[in-house]
Amino acid sequence: MSLPPFEQVVDEHGPRVLRVCRAILGYHEAEDVWSETFLAALQAYPQLDPHANIEAWLVTIAKRKAIDRYRSAARNPVPAAELPDDGESPPEGYDELWSAMKSLPAQQREAVAYHHLAGLPYAEIAEILGNSEAAARRASSDGMKKLRAIYQGVSR
Amino acid sequence: MNNVFAALPEVDAEATRRLHARLVASAAGAGLLDVAYRTIDSPVGQLLLAATADGVVRVAFDCEGHDAVLAALADRVSPRILNAPSRLDKVAHELDEYFAGRRSTFDVALDFRLAAGFRRSVLEELRHIGYGKTASYAEVALKTGRPKAVRAVGTACALNPLPLVVPCHRVVRSDGAAGNYRGGAQAKLALLALEAQR
Repeated sequence: MSLPPFEQVVDEHGPRVLRVCRAILGYHEAEDVWSETFLAALQAYPQLDPHANIEAWLVTIAKRKAIDRYRSAARNPVPAAELPDDGESPPEGYDELWSAMKSLPAQQREAVAYHHLAGLPYAEIAEILGNSEAAARRASSDGMKKLRAIYQGVSR
Repeated sequence: MNNVFAALPEVDAEATRRLHARLVASAAGAGLLDVAYRTIDSPVGQLLLAATADGVVRVAFDCEGHDAVLAALADRVSPRILNAPSRLDKVAHELDEYFAGRRSTFDVALDFRLAAGFRRSVLEELRHIGYGKTASYAEVALKTGRPKAVRAVGTACALNPLPLVVPCHRVVRSDGAAGNYRGGAQAKLALLALEAQR
């Protein structure tokens, strides 16, 4: 078994990885992290085990890229006014979702996105989060419960 | 129950296009675009064009199955393959001119890595058959210094990774028939007819 052309990886997984990034990183941050993720993935791609779960591999890289950015931002904070505006505004309802996601503990936010948006099994999510399958399952289900509670509160 | 994510479309076509362009640019800048490809329309059907940093490495006809050709490139050259048209702009433009009857030779760098040994020397020989001319398989065999390798010349032409730009369509059977072609016998006849017009 050999690796398919990377174009196929971008085509099949790009949109889902973008959804995950938007759900756990915010709208504008998401595109930068997506770009860094796929460039790093392209570099490492020839060495990838053809049997690997590509979605999990990409999400793992995205998580590492997000942490790198967070650390570098902490070292070199950029005043908000100087942040570039790329002119892309989020769709309706995104700000509500993002503020709900931000209110979750990081593990729950990630578990929810990895399971409900990336479609990863809990065993893979546990690998990424560094916990057990049961803990990953619980984080996802607790996170979803909170999200639904927030949304019901908003709509009433 | 996932409608909490309604604000995140499953596919955001605009963002997908933007991010793909950004990836192609940064991959090329980082030297990670091992194979770039694009497709073009032509009188002999849709063509797939692929190039490494060294030059055009593959021209493929529709009948070969472009997905299969890309999978073979991933296997034999590198899986770092992206749909990145700009590297192919020059050859695409020259092919357009060729099909319009306004060009008789191609002036682009070629990467012959998909043809080794005798097959490679046959391709080198083919480049000397001028526009509008033909040679028989036996004549090409003679020129490569292996007059008995007529069948091997046929194989080299049949497996030419760079049809059109390396003119294997100008090699015909000794009895005058056009013979087989990677792009189909019809395509070969069409190319010979095109070149006979000038």
